[in-house]
Amino acid sequence: MNAVAFQNGFKNAAITSVVFVILAGMMMGIQLIPSGTGLSIELAEPVRLETLAGAVLALFLFQLFREPLSGLWHNAKSALPLPEQGLAEALQTQGEKHPRLKQLAIAFLLAGLIIWPFYASRGSVDLATLALIYVMLGLGLNIVVGLAGLLDLGYVGFYAVGAYSYALLNQYLGLDFWSCLLIGGLVAAFFGFILGFPVLRLRGDYLAIVTLGFGEIIRILLLNWTSITGGPNGISQIPKPTLFGLEFSRTAKEEGNVPFHEFFGIDYSSGYKVIFLYLLALLLVVATIWVINRLLRMPIGRAWEALREDDIACQSLGMNKTAIKLSAFTIGAAFAGFAGTFFAARQGFISPESFTFIESAIILAIVVLGGMGSQLGVVLAAIIMTILPELAREFNEYRMLMFGLLMVLMMIWRPSGLLPMKRPHIALKESGNKQTSPVTQPAKAA
Amino acid sequence: MSTNNAYTLLDVEDLTMRFGGLVAVNKVKLDIQSGQIVSIIGPNGAGKTTVFNCLTGFYKPSDGRISYKGDNITGSKNHQISRMGIVRTFQHVRLFKNMTVLENLLVAQHRHLNTGLLSGLFKTPSYKRSEQEALDRASRWLERVDLKDMANRDAGNLAYGQQRRLEIARCMVTQPELLMLDEPAAGLNPRETEELDELICELRDHHNVSVLLIEHDMKLVMGISDHIYVINQGTPLANGKPDEIKNNPDVIKAYLGEA
Ligand SMILES: Nc1ncnc2c1ncn2[C@@H]1O[C@H](COP(=O)(O)OP(=O)(O)OP(=O)(O)O)[C@@H](O)[C@H]1O
Ligand SMILES: [Mg+2]
Repeated sequence: MNAVAFQNGFKNAAITSVVFVILAGMMMGIQLIPSGTGLSIELAEPVRLETLAGAVLALFLFQLFREPLSGLWHNAKSALPLPEQGLAEALQTQGEKHPRLKQLAIAFLLAGLIIWPFYASRGSVDLATLALIYVMLGLGLNIVVGLAGLLDLGYVGFYAVGAYSYALLNQYLGLDFWSCLLIGGLVAAFFGFILGFPVLRLRGDYLAIVTLGFGEIIRILLLNWTSITGGPNGISQIPKPTLFGLEFSRTAKEEGNVPFHEFFGIDYSSGYKVIFLYLLALLLVVATIWVINRLLRMPIGRAWEALREDDIACQSLGMNKTAIKLSAFTIGAAFAGFAGTFFAARQGFISPESFTFIESAIILAIVVLGGMGSQLGVVLAAIIMTILPELAREFNEYRMLMFGLLMVLMMIWRPSGLLPMKRPHIALKESGNKQTSPVTQPAKAA
Repeated sequence: MSTNNAYTLLDVEDLTMRFGGLVAVNKVKLDIQSGQIVSIIGPNGAGKTTVFNCLTGFYKPSDGRISYKGDNITGSKNHQISRMGIVRTFQHVRLFKNMTVLENLLVAQHRHLNTGLLSGLFKTPSYKRSEQEALDRASRWLERVDLKDMANRDAGNLAYGQQRRLEIARCMVTQPELLMLDEPAAGLNPRETEELDELICELRDHHNVSVLLIEHDMKLVMGISDHIYVINQGTPLANGKPDEIKNNPDVIKAYLGEA
């Protein structure tokens, strides 16, 4: 490192440290203590001050030696035998080469996922169910944000619409889970459609702000429409899903129903219910993945992506921008509706508190973390985002901090997400005659 | 195509486009007969691209009338205009860069495809048929513009000349009647320009399209055009056959002389 570079590095490190001291000192280094009628400012406990001093030192050293460090890191990275795109890429290419093997692998994975809950603890099955809900939400939002490129910050609104449509339809009309699953999805899709209509001509940031507003409006509406939604008290005693009419409770709640365990003549265990919910969530997720996978290879899916890439070119090719955006918004909302209905059924109790902006942010983080547009990436990210906070329970207070750190690290190491989306490979038939025969089209009526 | 059943494809009267105080296009007249290659030339900033943008509905003209096959299309939305059979390329290539070459051509055929949600989800026979037709058409055009080997590459990774060819192929798979090319030879080497010349003639002769061309390459324009319009500072300066334009003193003064 030559002198000039060192000088620059020193200056940089000094500035960063000073900024850090000012910011962190204000936020963590001092305390407001109520004294009499006023407040007095006091220094924080010595432990905290020591930690701060340590942090400043570490930051200073890191900034000072950042260049040699990042050089080392790059060397280490290139020295590793990992291929550039890593495991996922390799898996995908292998999958394309051996479609049979891929099918087999998927079948095994599915079988494993189905058998697993019977051996796992109740708590982990429950957690997995939650993760599956987030997978569904992530996949749905991935259509809107990852594929169509529309930044939607109010996605949780459609989730709420799905949840509340089941809760309300059940409470007032006595409809059961299965019919509400469909209705919840449709109602959410309808909301997506009517909310999408006026806002989709907005671009980027504006769209984000307006959708954010819509998400909040839905929540506030639910909160204040006390006579119907119960307001902040929410709605409780939402029935769990049934298996062809069999309930999973100890005794049948409805007249004439037989509980699951009596029907099969086995002992009652509350574990069955948990496993059933997990399997149901798994089914919904598999269906979601299948549908979105098809959509991606259909004209509509390609149109979403084309629109994200270049909307002017799309229009010049005769595609209706508004209709395509609207379809992405609507279909994305439908998946949130399904997830919401299931969520309401699983919880048995919902209130507007479950549908705050932070949920939208988490779902968006799942999409970004997983890799915009990438299905597998989103699934992985959703699992990580639900399970990590549970594993790191002790750090509960620092959850958001860790969340931020994770995002920053991801942006540095994998700016396009865990598993960036890969283009589908479409094989073309070899044409028989190699000579460049003029392409013949049916003559147009002149 | 025989000239005796030619008809007026596009007829533009007094097209005017103002941006605030700036009159970018001033009373431009122009018509294209079916089967013709018509060029618009003029110095930089003359308003050629603006004319294109008005014709394709990207801008709403301040004044004037555009009719296509007898229908008034002034002020129609651009996707509607392109569905009628007018498609264009852009001065700065606009491909779907992160999608593959083949996907670019499939996207372009959107309106010819079976876009039904359920038929696509369950792969009905009619869906499969339309998808196969689209693939075949894409495949034929890729072969024609010599990009078949690149079918599964990302469009953004192609060489510049290849991107230009792909953009033309992407227009052609929509089966247009009027193809509008905005400086297609810009950035091409002499050999590529010659191939482009051949391609444009072939499109006209074998694929029933008329071509409206903006181009600065005078050799290409003079060799290929049936009719040339010259615009200078938004105002029509002259029009006629290539020979007439070549010898027009006004044109030489305003444009060729400087070049
Ligand atoms: N959207 C717009 N807003 C304001 N002015 C514009 C707009 N589009 C074009 N112009 C102006 O109109 C004039 C004509 O521009 P245009 O792009 O049509 O020229 P051109 O003939 O295509 O030039 P070139 O040969 O350089 O491509 C220019 O002065 C340009 O600045
Ligand atoms: Mg131009």
